Amino acid sequence: MVAEAQVWEALEEIPDPEIPVISLVDLGVIRSVDVQNGHVYIEFTPTFLGCPALEVMKRAMEEKVRELGAEPEVSVINDDSWGTDKITATGREKLRAAGFAPPAPRLVQLQSQVHKCPYCGSTETKLENIFGPTPCRSLRYCESCRQPFEQFKTI
Amino acid sequence: MNEQVLLGLADDELLLGWRDSEWTGIAPMLEEDVAFSSIAQNEIGHARAVYELLVGPDGDADALAFDRKLEEYRCAPLVELHLLEWAHTIARRWLYEVADEIRITALKDDSDPAVSGLAAKIDREEAYHRMHAEMWHDRLRGEPRFQTALEELWPYALGVLPAELRGELVSRVGLAEVEAIERGTHTDELAPLWEEMTMVRRSAPAGAQW
Repeated sequence: MVAEAQVWEALEEIPDPEIPVISLVDLGVIRSVDVQNGHVYIEFTPTFLGCPALEVMKRAMEEKVRELGAEPEVSVINDDSWGTDKITATGREKLRAAGFAPPAPRLVQLQSQVHKCPYCGSTETKLENIFGPTPCRSLRYCESCRQPFEQFKTI
Repeated sequence: MNEQVLLGLADDELLLGWRDSEWTGIAPMLEEDVAFSSIAQNEIGHARAVYELLVGPDGDADALAFDRKLEEYRCAPLVELHLLEWAHTIARRWLYEVADEIRITALKDDSDPAVSGLAAKIDREEAYHRMHAEMWHDRLRGEPRFQTALEELWPYALGVLPAELRGELVSRVGLAEVEAIERGTHTDELAPLWEEMTMVRRSAPAGAQW
């Protein structure tokens, strides 16, 4: 019999397919886990609706649950429950350490428009492009340490 | 749930996503190549989510998106136009984003939580499309070529919204209301696009395998 905590532990091992330094649990996309009679029900909310990694994430979760000897039922919930504020504190630090500026909390971002360099911490940064290698990232340049970096968009 | 409104939204996003993706690889600067590709990807993602909502959990969203006859598409003629000219492309992006914001804001208050929830999610992503469109609008405002493009596309932009929402578009864009080119009519530019986007489905009715 699989326990809910085991499922969460297993899911924590799944890296985000596009930013593998962070796990799906850190990313905050797993809304709930429910175990009933050998079935594991997972509710999952996409980050960006057009994210091509969604299918990969879904399959990876199903595989992990099967490894635990249970039958997965993953449902994708397209509501407004995911925003970048759902990324955990651990997740944010992992992003920063890998050179991705973590998204500022939504309220702060809307009011201040301050973006910090993930390398030197300076706020003297400028926007190079609103879009980047994936829809969830922007490109910025730090004028203090002269390092270009990727900014996770606040949504 | 107003299915015709949602189908119109999904068709607009699918077709505009398709048109925007035509800049991939050939945009006038690398930043815009990346921006248009990302925006296109988001728009097509929004279309998919709305088609999925319309067909329900056991339905086939691809069938709804690609198995209809050309005349059954509910898109606004604005998104059909094949415009490989930068001033018109930017004018369309900006006009579309202004109209789309008005429409999405209305849908966020829909009485069906599945509709209002999805509209709110789409809105979070659209904020960045608007930022991109406004940046270009600020940059080109006052350029005669851009102004001409805005005026040429204006009747099409009005057609994105139902009559009751057009007043806000008129005041935000700042052009006088004219006769709209309405949703449900199609331009000649839809046929080649329809041929292209439905080609795989039509050539492999049992489902393409890779």
